[in-house]
Amino acid sequence: MSIIDLKGVVAGYGGAPILNCVNIAIEASDIGVIVGPNGAGKSTTLKAIFGLLTVTDGSVTFAGQDVTNFEADKLVPMGLSFVPQEKNVFTSMSVHENLEMGAFVRRDDISETLDQVYEMFPDLKAKRRQPAGELSGGQRQMVAMGRALMSKPKLLMLDEPSAGLSPRYMMEIFEQVVKINAAGVGILMVEQNARQALAFATKGFVLANGQNRFTGTGQELLDDPEVAKSFLGG
Amino acid sequence: MNDLIFFFNQAVIGGVVLGSIYALGAVGVTLIFGILRFAHFAHGDMMTMGGFIAFVLAGVVAGLGIAFPLPIGFVVLPFAMVIAAALALGIDKGFYAPLRARGAKPVTLLIASIGVTMMIQGLIRLFFGVGTYSFFDSEPKKLFRIDVPIEGVTRPISFSEPQLLLVIATIIAVVALHYFLTRSRLGKGMRAMADNPDLAKVSGINTKLVVRVTWVIAGALACLAGTMLALDVSLKPDLAFNIVLPIFAAAILGGLGHAYGAIAGGFVLGFAETLAVFNWSVLLRPFRDLLWFDIPNSLTLVQSEYKLTVAFVILVVVLLVRPTGIFKGASS
Repeated sequence: MSIIDLKGVVAGYGGAPILNCVNIAIEASDIGVIVGPNGAGKSTTLKAIFGLLTVTDGSVTFAGQDVTNFEADKLVPMGLSFVPQEKNVFTSMSVHENLEMGAFVRRDDISETLDQVYEMFPDLKAKRRQPAGELSGGQRQMVAMGRALMSKPKLLMLDEPSAGLSPRYMMEIFEQVVKINAAGVGILMVEQNARQALAFATKGFVLANGQNRFTGTGQELLDDPEVAKSFLGG
Repeated sequence: MNDLIFFFNQAVIGGVVLGSIYALGAVGVTLIFGILRFAHFAHGDMMTMGGFIAFVLAGVVAGLGIAFPLPIGFVVLPFAMVIAAALALGIDKGFYAPLRARGAKPVTLLIASIGVTMMIQGLIRLFFGVGTYSFFDSEPKKLFRIDVPIEGVTRPISFSEPQLLLVIATIIAVVALHYFLTRSRLGKGMRAMADNPDLAKVSGINTKLVVRVTWVIAGALACLAGTMLALDVSLKPDLAFNIVLPIFAAAILGGLGHAYGAIAGGFVLGFAETLAVFNWSVLLRPFRDLLWFDIPNSLTLVQSEYKLTVAFVILVVVLLVRPTGIFKGASS
């Protein structure tokens, strides 16, 4: 059973729909990567799943349950987490408090998950008392991912986690994504650095004009001459 | 030395008392701004309303004939705060929440809050008239006089019981608020929502609950401030409407959305006002032989009727020089 399954999703911000029939399905063990040109509806797809804009047609199924147009406070307890591309940390709060906020929906003991996140991002442990706004871009991205992991998600959605990061941090973030997935969390991410991301993706989706253009494993998409020519810069 | 005591009684005690009132009001304004992003103009009238709730409760309790070692207005305060918090929730549900649900802009909410101001004032005048009430009709207002054990000092340090209780209540409220915001799950959620409302939502924080808690805290603190102000001076329908300006100035000075800034801003405003209306010639008189000019009888920066101009000047200077406030708030 797919962990997330979008069937013919049409969505927008009230005007003309931005997504015109998007189909995406991945398993809990997958790393799904959505690529495509600017304005293709990649980020919009993640936002539509997370109830941040209205789905007018089609359906979103998460872990077998129809969650079309559910809002975040219902989705997070079900095991879905989202890391927005921008403004994804609470800048005035400490790293530790940011992580606690990720676990807001949990009522059980969160210390074990905290330890796991600090183990995954040792940089953060040293800076746990520091306001997140004082960290570098790469460290902020780690805080944002750590925050999203605190709710013990089954599926983690990342919107361009490498945007604006140096190549060193980009590779570090990608390595963590693979590790998180190995720990049993499904990944669905949008990436601009398509080549690097498709290299480790188990499922790849090329979107253009709010529709699926190509779907396959990451390697299949990388090998497809048409995808390479049109979407990966030759 | 007597003049210094006079200065202490007038300026320092006066500044602390006024600062406490401003701080309690400004915290509510700043919390509401941080969470709901609008300037809650009706906050002064929520303070007045709280004062009248306490006044009615005090009347009921006094009617029962039970004697308390503390002013009755203070004894009933916790109950009045609960009622005021419930009314604040009701005001939000009745007037602001429907507007928010329709995606109203902050300026629409601001105008709505001016309407709420008029409504509260109108209701108070409808039931209580335009007169002035005192909590101390049926019991005396205790005054404390502390003699200073220094030779030649005849003037005691003096303050009233409500003033002492106000300062104690303010300290308790501020400490409690601090622990709530830094230790509790909901308090941290409140800070998170003030910091980044979209991310708070994405994190699964129950933003509706946070909004309700904000109104409960703002309403209860407004009632505390209004009642203590009424205990210190007297209760009238425009009691706190007149101090809305310094309260907003304090919140802006501290950085809107920043609770500690609002407290600091409140005390800065309180002291600025009392120091500005203090007659400085009292302190200069002992040095009259050393000075080359005659000391006028009255040497105040601002006449006390024009006290509000101090808040205006501070507000204008802050907006010109440091619009984000001393603690870099959310205003932009």
